[in-house]
Amino acid sequence: MPREDIRRLQYRLLKTLVYRLYSFSPFYHNRMRSAGVHPDDIRSLEDIRKLPFMVKNDLRDHYPDKIFVAGQEDLIRYHVSSGTTGKPTVVGYTQNDLNNWTASLARGLVSCGLGRGDVLQVSYGYGLFTGGLGLHYGAERIGVTVLPTSVGNTERQIELMQDLHTTAIACTPSYLLHIGEEAEKMGVSIRNDTNLRIGILGAEPWSDNMKARIEEWLGIKAYDIYGTSELSGPMFCECTEQNGFHVWADLAYVEVLDPETGEQLPPGEQGEMVITMLQKEALPMVRFRSGDITSYDDDVCGCGRTHPRVHRISGRVDDMLIIRGINVFPSQVEYTLMTVPEVGQHFMIEVDRRGALDDMQVKVEVRKESFSDKITDLMAIRKNVEHRLRNALNVAVNVELVEPGSLPRFEGKAKRVIDRRKI
Amino acid sequence: MEQKKFIIRQISIFSENKPGRLAAIAKALQEEGINILAFSIAEADGFGVVRALVDKPQKAFEKLSGIGFNVAFTDVIAVQMKDIPGGLYEIARILGDGKINIEYSYAYSGRDAAVLILRVDDVGAAISVITKGGGTLLESSMFQ
Repeated sequence: MPREDIRRLQYRLLKTLVYRLYSFSPFYHNRMRSAGVHPDDIRSLEDIRKLPFMVKNDLRDHYPDKIFVAGQEDLIRYHVSSGTTGKPTVVGYTQNDLNNWTASLARGLVSCGLGRGDVLQVSYGYGLFTGGLGLHYGAERIGVTVLPTSVGNTERQIELMQDLHTTAIACTPSYLLHIGEEAEKMGVSIRNDTNLRIGILGAEPWSDNMKARIEEWLGIKAYDIYGTSELSGPMFCECTEQNGFHVWADLAYVEVLDPETGEQLPPGEQGEMVITMLQKEALPMVRFRSGDITSYDDDVCGCGRTHPRVHRISGRVDDMLIIRGINVFPSQVEYTLMTVPEVGQHFMIEVDRRGALDDMQVKVEVRKESFSDKITDLMAIRKNVEHRLRNALNVAVNVELVEPGSLPRFEGKAKRVIDRRKI
Repeated sequence: MEQKKFIIRQISIFSENKPGRLAAIAKALQEEGINILAFSIAEADGFGVVRALVDKPQKAFEKLSGIGFNVAFTDVIAVQMKDIPGGLYEIARILGDGKINIEYSYAYSGRDAAVLILRVDDVGAAISVITKGGGTLLESSMFQ
């Protein structure tokens, strides 16, 4: 589609979206009123910058479904992810939302060379997390045979990969490295003993080095995939050019902003990605601040597509950590620790990569009042904290008990994370 | 209570399992002129508990708390053992027969005899059982 036609289509979709929200979403209506914007003020695509932002916390603050624009009877699916504090965030889908999500992934998978005859092993989590089911539907739509292995049980993953002749795998890049290592321990070379040729990798930041290592070692092509639950789930995928993921312009409008000033940045410059979902019904997202740092290009891609491309995520504007593909905020840890009387409110998070997998450790101080001479009591405290953190974060955490007063105290902005991962 | 004189106040100190922590504890006790009569370290994954019998437990508690340690008092008893083969068996048998559970224990071999320090689930019952069984309990005044 020529660039001008795309822009005209985007403008029309934006206009419709804004009128719909102004009329049917009390949340966004109020937000527009306070920003002094009326739908009539949107007279060109550029006018999108007059619209107020949405952020992750908007979903949490309106838990569970208070900012949904569709009623429950029009929803056909929920997904749930952990929010920035103890409260989870819920996303909902109408039939059209699910169709668009599926279509977006179907287009992305076709663009990197998947189709009939391929077997895609979906090793993202199935269930409340969007990753597994999203890719599952997208791949089925284009006639790919799906092998829904979900996460974990790596040995079985490798056996099935061999027995069912998997040609592509969708998972986090670090999990694929882990699979590669485990395979070698089993005497299996992914490169020589399997049919794997494509990796659809995402849900965590990764570098050019990591990509090169995966491609060289495993003998596959590694494609970046991007999404968040707010956008629907995994959504956009790199094409065979491997030069950034295409953001389908009929579904989403992407901006890259200076995170400090909110000013729009030109192609090629690094800033915060802000996305407007042009067709979402149940949970429209307007100028959603992803918190992800990246840059975009809007020249015509080598594959011939005219949809803009966004490069691999290089970092975060906030303190969000991604541990084994799961978003973790230090505030969630803080909130959870407040529910355990035996430990203090000070903590440090240390993240390492052991082998290919992330290892998260939380150090907490034992309160004087709960110190017991008995090792078993102390072990029980530690187990309890580990258990609660695991439930709250959906990620396994090692807890270390330390002496009171030994963790750093902060004046002003606390830096409670030491991330030693090299990616 | 007659039993009371046999109850010894042990100090227990929470410590991270890393170099220099025991030195920090020992230095603090030295500064206060506190003598350590017996001690042991129990270790778990990443942390440990240092347990010690000292001549001035209250002073030790104040000093160590003052410099930030987690310190607690625990009641223990001390039993004299014959420093010959079978010495430990004699005491352990008395406690076993008396259905006293030992939570932890440590020992030292002194000039005159060996001494077994015991933390048990029921201190009162342990004292009666040991006395009746012919064991010799050491009075807390011998330490503190």
